[in-house]
Amino acid sequence: MMEQALANLEVFAATLLELAREDSGLLVVTSDSRGSAKLAPFAKAAPGQIVEVGIAEQNLVGVAAGLAAAGKKVFAVSPACFLTARSFEQIKNDLCYSNRPVNAVGISAGVSYGALGTTHHSLHDYAALRAVHNITIVAPADNFETREAVRAAAQLPKPVYLRFGKKKMPHLPRVDSAFELGKASLIREGAHLSFLACGETVAPAFSAAELLAKEGIQCRILSLHTVKPLDQAAVRKAATETGRVITVEEHSVSGGLGEACAGLLLQEGIHARFKIVGFPDDHTVTGSQEEIFRHYGLDGPSLAKAGRELLEKQ
Amino acid sequence: MTLNLMLTERELKLKSVQYRKALLRLIKACGAGHTGGDLSCLDILNVLYNRIMRVSPETFKSPDRDYYIQSKGHCAEALFVVLADMGFFPESDLETLNRYGSHYIGHPTRDVNGVEQNTGALGHGLAVAVGIALAGKMDRKDYRVFTLLGDGELAEGSNWEAGMTAAHYRLDNLVAIVDRNGLQITGSTEDVCQLSPLDEKFESFGFAVQRCDGNDVGELVRVLESVPFRPGKPSLVLAKTRKGKGVSFMENVAKWHHGVPSDEDFKRAMTELEAAQAAIA
Repeated sequence: MMEQALANLEVFAATLLELAREDSGLLVVTSDSRGSAKLAPFAKAAPGQIVEVGIAEQNLVGVAAGLAAAGKKVFAVSPACFLTARSFEQIKNDLCYSNRPVNAVGISAGVSYGALGTTHHSLHDYAALRAVHNITIVAPADNFETREAVRAAAQLPKPVYLRFGKKKMPHLPRVDSAFELGKASLIREGAHLSFLACGETVAPAFSAAELLAKEGIQCRILSLHTVKPLDQAAVRKAATETGRVITVEEHSVSGGLGEACAGLLLQEGIHARFKIVGFPDDHTVTGSQEEIFRHYGLDGPSLAKAGRELLEKQ
Repeated sequence: MTLNLMLTERELKLKSVQYRKALLRLIKACGAGHTGGDLSCLDILNVLYNRIMRVSPETFKSPDRDYYIQSKGHCAEALFVVLADMGFFPESDLETLNRYGSHYIGHPTRDVNGVEQNTGALGHGLAVAVGIALAGKMDRKDYRVFTLLGDGELAEGSNWEAGMTAAHYRLDNLVAIVDRNGLQITGSTEDVCQLSPLDEKFESFGFAVQRCDGNDVGELVRVLESVPFRPGKPSLVLAKTRKGKGVSFMENVAKWHHGVPSDEDFKRAMTELEAAQAAIA
């Protein structure tokens, strides 16, 4: 069993406060989102380093761009669903095209909001932002990756999109404890099958690997925390060495991590049995995040089943 | 920080004519441009760069410079003409405008020396200006942030989001100028989506508002030299202008929004501008 730790969002907020204490030029900009972003302690501890703009996400990103233009290190924080849809044009033009090193932080991402429904889900953000030039997309798997990713993003002189859920995440074991944006983290080694996952789907992929290990099936687990730029070498290596690849993402199957990997392998002529697990092009079923994950096959047992099926496939 | 060479009102008037001639030559040569809006805002740009703003090619990277964000990005040609005259780049660079591979494109980009922010999509400039002004307040700097808004673009709701933030943070180092020429591509702004009364709207959003003739350099100087209009409030200049200003047959005619003069139009326009120049001289 994996130990349950904090929500990645809580680690993000704590890391931000550490960074704010180190750098008085660091600012957090919120759109009435400090409570849901777990930033109330930050606001109390560093009141001069938080800027509130109200429920106005376009303005959130535009103001963040201006603050960055004047030399501030900025984290603009808002629910991922609004941040990447309502303010998409501000991200594209004011941050990416104008090259402002703002960290756009999408909180309660994917289906974190569960039964609140489609307005509050962000299953489009990887696809939308992958098509925008000059942005790094990061979805950390656990508390460790979150802390490392936030620190790395703060140093990157370019726009970054960070994506967090609000569920408590387990500490994942990892083969190598180094962390670098753009480099996949090897969570578990295995020769029969690779799970390439990101964000909160790495944990269920790990659970699937544990189930399959009892049957003698050894799985490689890669956390592709940086969805863009993709760690092409790690994807290539996994496909070549294990011959079977399942990608897992809390995102539509259209335009996300899975299609990024498929596009790479197909164009390089690397043949692997391949399956994309994500959300189909349909209304999302009602339920908690856990129930929704199970419904679409993103839980450990479903992923183990997908692994068996891929191994049996001729 | 070097001070602007203080041009007299007469010298500013001559500059405006010189800019109009350079602008029409540029648009004629590259075969594209937002002629009407360029001509309506040229006097504002002239006064800002030659009289009001503390910025030059030497100080452009200084953290204490005044900032200019052109929200109505489609009038890039007007900005480029003024920046070239200010020495940000040689005027001959503009021969490549819109050409294959050139970084002089139909909207302002930071690839052009002197441009602060990439614009072109409407309703973006004010929020960015608010962010820069807010950082200035936080750092207790005395720089000002000027932004030029088209009137048509005020239908974009993002302007009003940014306006609320400007007033909320009492950004009296922010000066928004509306190029109120009353026309947009479809026709009159009031027929497309009624904007009036803009002064009352901005006042109710917390701005201190002053109206002026945006094609009268003397009035522009007097108004812009008096910012902030009220301590603790962002300033808004409602600059009444004429689209196509300076060329009789382009004035207040919507088709010149992005019309390119024919050879005959160009000749007529230049003749009018030469006469205007002679009258001032």
